[in-house]
Amino acid sequence: MSSQYPTTWRRPPQVLTDRRWRIALQVGLLIYLVLAFGSIDVNWQRVSEGLERGQRFVMGFLQPDFMSRWRDISQGLIESLTMTLTSSVVGVMISVPIGIGAARNLVPRPVYLVCRSIVAVSRSLQEVIVAIFLVAMFGFGPFAGFLTLTFATIGFIAKLLADDIEEIDETQAEAIRATGASWFQLLNYAIQPQVMPRLVGLSLYRLDINFRESAVIGIVGAGGIGATLNTAIDRYEYDSAGAILLIVIAIVMVAEYSSSYLRKFLQ
Amino acid sequence: MLELKSLSKTYRTGDAALTGVSLQVPKGQIIGLIGPSGAGKSTLIRCVNRLVEPSSGEILLGGDNLVTLGRRDLRTQRRRIGMIFQEYSLVERLTVMENVLSGRLGYVPFWRSFLRRFDAVDIQRAYQLLDRVGLLDHANKRADALSGGQRQRVGIARALAQNPELLLVDEPTASLDPKTIRQIMRLLTEICAERNLPAIVNIHDVPLARQFMQRIVGLRAGQVVFDDAPAALSEDALTRIYGAEDWDAMRKSDTEEDESESDTRRDLSEIPA
Repeated sequence: MSSQYPTTWRRPPQVLTDRRWRIALQVGLLIYLVLAFGSIDVNWQRVSEGLERGQRFVMGFLQPDFMSRWRDISQGLIESLTMTLTSSVVGVMISVPIGIGAARNLVPRPVYLVCRSIVAVSRSLQEVIVAIFLVAMFGFGPFAGFLTLTFATIGFIAKLLADDIEEIDETQAEAIRATGASWFQLLNYAIQPQVMPRLVGLSLYRLDINFRESAVIGIVGAGGIGATLNTAIDRYEYDSAGAILLIVIAIVMVAEYSSSYLRKFLQ
Repeated sequence: MLELKSLSKTYRTGDAALTGVSLQVPKGQIIGLIGPSGAGKSTLIRCVNRLVEPSSGEILLGGDNLVTLGRRDLRTQRRRIGMIFQEYSLVERLTVMENVLSGRLGYVPFWRSFLRRFDAVDIQRAYQLLDRVGLLDHANKRADALSGGQRQRVGIARALAQNPELLLVDEPTASLDPKTIRQIMRLLTEICAERNLPAIVNIHDVPLARQFMQRIVGLRAGQVVFDDAPAALSEDALTRIYGAEDWDAMRKSDTEEDESESDTRRDLSEIPA
């Protein structure tokens, strides 16, 4: 047994190979963290007031009041659910052609660029910001919410669908192309079977995202359960707010579990 | 039947995959295309149905030049050329029947293929082809439920559903076991003989090419360096195609493989059912 080979081995550093740089970076980060903490200006009086309010809020949660505002709550819920379903359906219908157009391996370059920019615009604007714009344009209420969620759905589904199409098994598409199939036949026979399960899964996932978002954008005036929640908090009716939050949580959980069950079933 | 006239292909990266390849394939002849990896075998057969666009030269299929075709004409010409792939290239989530019927896509309008309403004749033919390749019972299974050999049979049925005048076959047996390889090669050659179909078969296994092909074309660095009957494939010729190597050793190991295979078969037959 020769002993000329070393018996220890350590993984060499991969990113910063110079030891001095590593130390400098760590010290710099520590200094920055200390300074950053030092610059936080805490108003302890307001914190204690807030804690008290928080306590009342938690108490409201523990004794949720479903009944006294039930009419408002049920109306908000129906609005939110309507918004969610309609915007998901319309959004998916619009995003399928855009997603196909945004797949580099299927369309000529100009079409690809146009569709990718639509996706980019939709994804770069956060739902709340879009909602503020659309509420300003179309007024308060669920129609602005429907438009907001549709717009957001397009960016989400179209991007993920396009990425999925770009990653398909090209040889299957090549085989269909070799039979003399037209572009639409290629889409129907080679692309659709490969991406369909994922598209359905994404659509279901988007459905529950849309419900959660509908609660958020209601706060800026786009109708639905969010608006009801906002009103309840504004009136310091924490027991009603608690009831609304519990309902939202319950619905999101039901949507989550049923959609994951459905997705599993579809595989 | 098929004639290539000084066909060249240079990829955008500047790699010359084919330079001045001329070849004539008469009706009913099976040609084995051999050569080292990167010699341009795959490019050559993909140029014929224009999955790869040739840079220059002519491809004549029964008198029609395939190189200058527009989109629509290309579609009608492609359906005359059946193609069989290395990894079968079936659409995995479609049924076996849909895969076979997809060979008809060049003939039917979109709405018919979309609704899966193919002509009665097409459906009958598809069943007949599945029967020919021995998969009649598997018509409604999904393609990904089949074994490698079965998938390649479906691939053959799909190519034949086009009612082709020429078969392009790209490494048909690269991912199969030795026994299935021989079954598939036998099926291919039988079918070509039945229909008097010409075929170009890319094949990297020299002994296999020798056994099943009627003519062998050797490619090296994009040029034809050998074109003759299998019997003429001497050691010199192989060296011309592949470069220097001890061919006898290779041939010997191959006969060993054959022997071990027949051994196994004997062993298996001795096991009572």
